[in-house]
Amino acid sequence: MKQFLIFIKKEFAHVLRDRKTLLILFGMPVVQILIFGFALTSEVKDARIVIMDQANDPASQQIIAKIEASRYFKVDKTVRSHQQMEEALKRGDIRLAVIFPANFNNDLLHQNAAHLQIIADATDPNNATTLTSYISAIVQDYLADFNKSNNIPYRIAPEIRFLYNPELKGAPNYVPGVMALVLMLVCVMMTAVSIVKEKETGTMEVLLVSPFSPFKVIVAKAVPYLILSLINVTSILVLSVFVLHLPVNGSILLLFAESMLFIITCLTIGIFISVKTNTMQVAMLISLMGMMLPTILFSGFMFPIENMPVPLQLFSNIIPAKWYYIIVKDIMIKGLGFGAIWKETLILAGTTVIMLVISLKSFKIRLS
Amino acid sequence: MRTIKFLLQKEFRQIFRDRAIVAMVIVMPVMQLLILPLAANYEVKNVNVAVIDNDHSSYSQKLITKITSSGYFRLTGYDFSFKQAYKLIESDDADLILEIPHGFERNLVRENEQKLFVAVNAINGTKANLGSVYLLNVIQDFNSDVRLQFIQPGKFNQQPTIYIDSSNWFNPLLNYHVFMVPGILAVLVTMIGGFLSALNIVKEKEVGTIEQINVTPIKKYHFILGKLIPFWILGNVVFTLGLLVGWLVYGITPVGSLLLMYGFIAVYLLAVLGFGLLISTFCESQQQAMFVMFFFLMIFILMGGLFTSIDSMPDWAKTVTKFNPVSYLIEVMRMIMLKGSGLKNILSQLGFIALFAVVFNSLAIYNYKKTS
Repeated sequence: MKQFLIFIKKEFAHVLRDRKTLLILFGMPVVQILIFGFALTSEVKDARIVIMDQANDPASQQIIAKIEASRYFKVDKTVRSHQQMEEALKRGDIRLAVIFPANFNNDLLHQNAAHLQIIADATDPNNATTLTSYISAIVQDYLADFNKSNNIPYRIAPEIRFLYNPELKGAPNYVPGVMALVLMLVCVMMTAVSIVKEKETGTMEVLLVSPFSPFKVIVAKAVPYLILSLINVTSILVLSVFVLHLPVNGSILLLFAESMLFIITCLTIGIFISVKTNTMQVAMLISLMGMMLPTILFSGFMFPIENMPVPLQLFSNIIPAKWYYIIVKDIMIKGLGFGAIWKETLILAGTTVIMLVISLKSFKIRLS
Repeated sequence: MRTIKFLLQKEFRQIFRDRAIVAMVIVMPVMQLLILPLAANYEVKNVNVAVIDNDHSSYSQKLITKITSSGYFRLTGYDFSFKQAYKLIESDDADLILEIPHGFERNLVRENEQKLFVAVNAINGTKANLGSVYLLNVIQDFNSDVRLQFIQPGKFNQQPTIYIDSSNWFNPLLNYHVFMVPGILAVLVTMIGGFLSALNIVKEKEVGTIEQINVTPIKKYHFILGKLIPFWILGNVVFTLGLLVGWLVYGITPVGSLLLMYGFIAVYLLAVLGFGLLISTFCESQQQAMFVMFFFLMIFILMGGLFTSIDSMPDWAKTVTKFNPVSYLIEVMRMIMLKGSGLKNILSQLGFIALFAVVFNSLAIYNYKKTS
């Protein structure tokens, strides 16, 4: 036991010596939470648009006033010609143009039908769809006021309620994802690289001839990263509760227990990579390409899995981060208990056991 | 000049000797461009709907048929109690609950107005937003169908209406690949250029060969240039490969001038490589350089407007993106490839990138010390 503690102390010295890496390990989750929480929102606001009012009559002006009053748009009314508008769209200065043709009010009053043209920059399709639908909603709203005197018959009025995230903020989707990503980074990449480093610099030989069992050498390597990860989980949760005002709806204890399980899963994956590789560069590339990238791609927090082609959807099932992401989302945002996530927990536990057995089997006590 | 020639010879030998780098340069762009656009599809389709039909009338049936046949929705639950439907949302089997109240048809006909209740799982904001917009459109459509049944349309409109003619420029089919491919290409060039250059000088430090270079009469800027040029060429190779994949697999050809794109990339690569070399001169080990680079690239890419629009960011974040080279590249790529923008449209971006290139490279030369 004393030997074990000394080994852990040695590993801590290794980790703490590299100040720059340490700074990034702790800085990364903080910066990610801030970016995801504040900078990346899926809601649309302040979209720059151009309104060309060729009618300049009461109806068009009232609609323009309504558009200007909404916080979705930043309106530019100085554009006068189609050419200018086209230029602005090409430069990327504006996302959308609204054109009121001449005689707008007259058409509306006398022919009961006026036309309004919207040109959207559809390079970003979702943005274009959303902006167009916002403008239509404003116009509909104006019409409803306009027609107040004569009631519209047979009206269906849908009432929409957004569950869990009424302001459509990005944070509830991203915070669990950031947790999975950071844990993956710390546990898999750092562990793999630090073990392989011993191989590459030749100090592994020294460790192997020591009276300490080789398996314990590996475990001792993993302990500092386990502790680092727990600190990271705590700091992410603290930030998300106090800075992003995203409370933990479920049990914190359960959340930590599940995080612990995922950390151990990641550590065993890291150990597995280190057992199979011999140079730091290869270990780094494998953990980056083989684990980090799939985690970003297939855990479901950045890219919707249900939109992927079926082979990729099936592939996403072997990414441990996907299951952890579901677990965190269920506990933290939806406030569910263990009953809802036992399946995911079982999958993570199973992965850990399999990884551990394989790496133990292929762990070489002797150098080549 | 002769010195640089020899340095270049050395660098190229080292690069081609390392299989991992060659593989990275060739395989990465192809793999990423094959998988990423397929994976990064934010087109909202396959929204799962659970319908609670308390009315069981012909109207409610018609509405449900209309929703499922719109192509955006998948009916995953029908005729539950609200509690059961809520369970479906909790287990992620449903994204939307539509509740049709008791007496829907009767009230609609008799009282002229009837409410519908929609609950949306809004953890994923984009999906919730667009999903509800689509559903509202379908309901609107259904509504006008119903109205047509009861009111004979006259020759003129009974009521003043405004018809909205909307057109989608540059991407009329609203194809998501068209949006993602230029952005991913930008990220790709950045990642390869950034990582390769960041790891390079550090490797010489770690292996110890930097001492040998330090004792030679090579000038500091010779050394940096010798490192810069090979990666600049590799970056262009990666970019060309990416363009080819985009054309062959997704059929995306640049609307604008190819020459302009290469011109911009040429300047951009100088900036990114300069940044990588700067990090390289600061770090002591490859592991460290990798982490530092990963940290910055992550911020650059996330805030570069690849996934979420820069317009909707708060003001401080918009200021940050002014210092983010990746955001300029993503913007310019989309402008030239999709909109066919010309040189005068991208002049300001080009100016900023050139400024970055000068600043990063001068810092790298300044920070590279020949004495330890």
